[in-house]
Amino acid sequence: MAVLVDKNTRLIVQGITGREGTFHAKACAEYGTKVVGGVTPGKGGTIHEGWPVFNTVEEAVRETGANASVIFVPPPAAADGILEAVDAKLPLVICITEGIPALDMAKAWPVVKGSQSRLIGPNCPGVISPGKAKIGIMPGRIHKEGSVGIVSKSGTLTYEAVYQLTTRGIGQSTAIGIGGDPIIGTTHIDALKLLQDDPETEAIIMIGEIGGSAEEAAAAFIKEHVTKPVVGFIAGQTAPPGRRMGHAGAIISGGEGTAQSKMEAMRAAGIHVVQSPAEMGEMMAKVLGKA
Amino acid sequence: MKIHEYQAKEILRKYGVTVPSGEMATTLEEADKAAKQLFSNGAPAVVVKAQIHAGGRGKGGGVKVAKTIDDANAASKAILGMQLVTHQTGPQGQKVQRLLVEEASAIDRELYLGIVLDRASAKLVFMASQAGGMEIEEVAAKDPDAIYKEYIDPGIGLQPYQARKLAFKLRLKPTQVGQAVQFMMGLYKAFVETDCSLLEINPFITTKDDKLAALDCKINFDDNGMFRHKDLKELRDITEEDPLEVEASKFNLNYIRLEGNIACMVNGAGLAMATMDIIKYAGGAPANFLDVGGGASQEQIEQAFGILLKDPNVKAIFINIFGGILRVDVLATAVVAAARNLGVNIPIVLRLEGTNVEEGRKILKESGLKFEVGATMKEAADLAVAAAKGVA
Repeated sequence: MAVLVDKNTRLIVQGITGREGTFHAKACAEYGTKVVGGVTPGKGGTIHEGWPVFNTVEEAVRETGANASVIFVPPPAAADGILEAVDAKLPLVICITEGIPALDMAKAWPVVKGSQSRLIGPNCPGVISPGKAKIGIMPGRIHKEGSVGIVSKSGTLTYEAVYQLTTRGIGQSTAIGIGGDPIIGTTHIDALKLLQDDPETEAIIMIGEIGGSAEEAAAAFIKEHVTKPVVGFIAGQTAPPGRRMGHAGAIISGGEGTAQSKMEAMRAAGIHVVQSPAEMGEMMAKVLGKA
Repeated sequence: MKIHEYQAKEILRKYGVTVPSGEMATTLEEADKAAKQLFSNGAPAVVVKAQIHAGGRGKGGGVKVAKTIDDANAASKAILGMQLVTHQTGPQGQKVQRLLVEEASAIDRELYLGIVLDRASAKLVFMASQAGGMEIEEVAAKDPDAIYKEYIDPGIGLQPYQARKLAFKLRLKPTQVGQAVQFMMGLYKAFVETDCSLLEINPFITTKDDKLAALDCKINFDDNGMFRHKDLKELRDITEEDPLEVEASKFNLNYIRLEGNIACMVNGAGLAMATMDIIKYAGGAPANFLDVGGGASQEQIEQAFGILLKDPNVKAIFINIFGGILRVDVLATAVVAAARNLGVNIPIVLRLEGTNVEEGRKILKESGLKFEVGATMKEAADLAVAAAKGVA
């Protein structure tokens, strides 16, 4: 079954004529995702790499029957791109773009929240349901179809977890990269709900990082509502406070957002927390009795 | 991006927020001139304040009040050029290269005002507290109820009733409330129009003659918003930053210098943090955080290499790449080129996975250069730690 993306996904790419948009539209299609077109304002009516290009998302949805969009629009226009996708009533909007001003997202957020669309990201690698479809920039070949769901703030750490599972013969149901910005559409808790309700998902890996208190909230949610085993890792155990570690949201400030606090909350919620990022796969194998 | 107090106060002035009159000075002569001017304008006393980016300046001896011009000059002499140590500078301190010479205020009450983004609600929150002049983190930890909060709808912005609520909770006098509302509306406008990520007035003071003023001000900008503020970018003072971090920022590299001796080059912020963690776990210490980003170019990677090698503490380089957007072959080509061009003579340990990994491994192998390659992240971390110890 998997969640969010599968064989029924019909994807449009916002920013399809750009370098990254082109590269990843092709990679998604090669993986088996139905890419049905793209949007670049001013290039409507042209064909790019075999795909029809539209001037607006609304037009693209009307002409292609798309039900999902992935956004590769540069940061100054990305929040606008999100709002355009939401306005076109796309059920799933995945924003890969990194570097959107926080105030742009704060303004867009109430509109997204009040809509029928689910936003994933921004500043995320996207979502993949191995063997079915992928929307995003993750390398498809490291994945394997299976039953472990993954939710993560970090792109490359998600690949890491996937790779550790695949090399142990453990497949994944869906890997959801929620993004490392302070304001994101789908939180750890939202993704956990999806994976808990997915009959194909047997166990979950949750990856967090320093900054904010979303992991603490997710731990409390897991304690109350998640019956599946969860393995957890928090990046930034050695990060100095007050310094932004790459991601806009990865900063320990005012005593909030330390790895220590997150790991403690997760352990207290019964999550199998590993200290080293190299142990995520091993711990999951143990939990599933496949070690 | 951080800026100095005097720069933050100039921004506040533009938004009609009252700040004490004063001048920035980089020399004793300028400081003397500024102090004389303030005294001749009738200031009963002046304050000489060290301008560094770190907080806690007062406790470290970086702020002095003077009632005569001689005392003011003595204060300037003591502070300008000193190595100011605060809880935020680290033990080495920060050299004071600028002063703010300001008119002293007749303080009645010291309060606190601040605006930050609240992640959980995805809204800006306006905070106020009667516990001014203290570290607000300490107040929050000890007595969270002592901080009053108003969450701001981004569509309509801070509303006067919200500012009024905060003003009354601060127990301002009825004669001060109207002024306070103007003051807070000005702060909010400054915040959103300059893409701040943090704006703090601590202390926000009332004076004996019923006036309000921002006695100190701290502004941080959202780096992601700076593309629309070319004027604000010029406020950056690179002498306050680590020279290697400044150089890295020229190439859009996320580099943060740390204390250890194993340099890291990683793609993706999460993996970069996790790489630091695993080095520590393997018994070593990371020399830096470096995220070369999802779509790094060959030039950026070569530049990154150059920066890592300029840190004299570095005894080994650990390259940990999981290619998504960044293709492993692009990285490998750049690593080989950089190692040749820069004549690297310390061990390089790599761990590569992801898009085009086979091509990448082939490029390394065929280069004829000596690279150590770990099959897993753990193995590579162990190799890097051993390599760093071997050279040391």
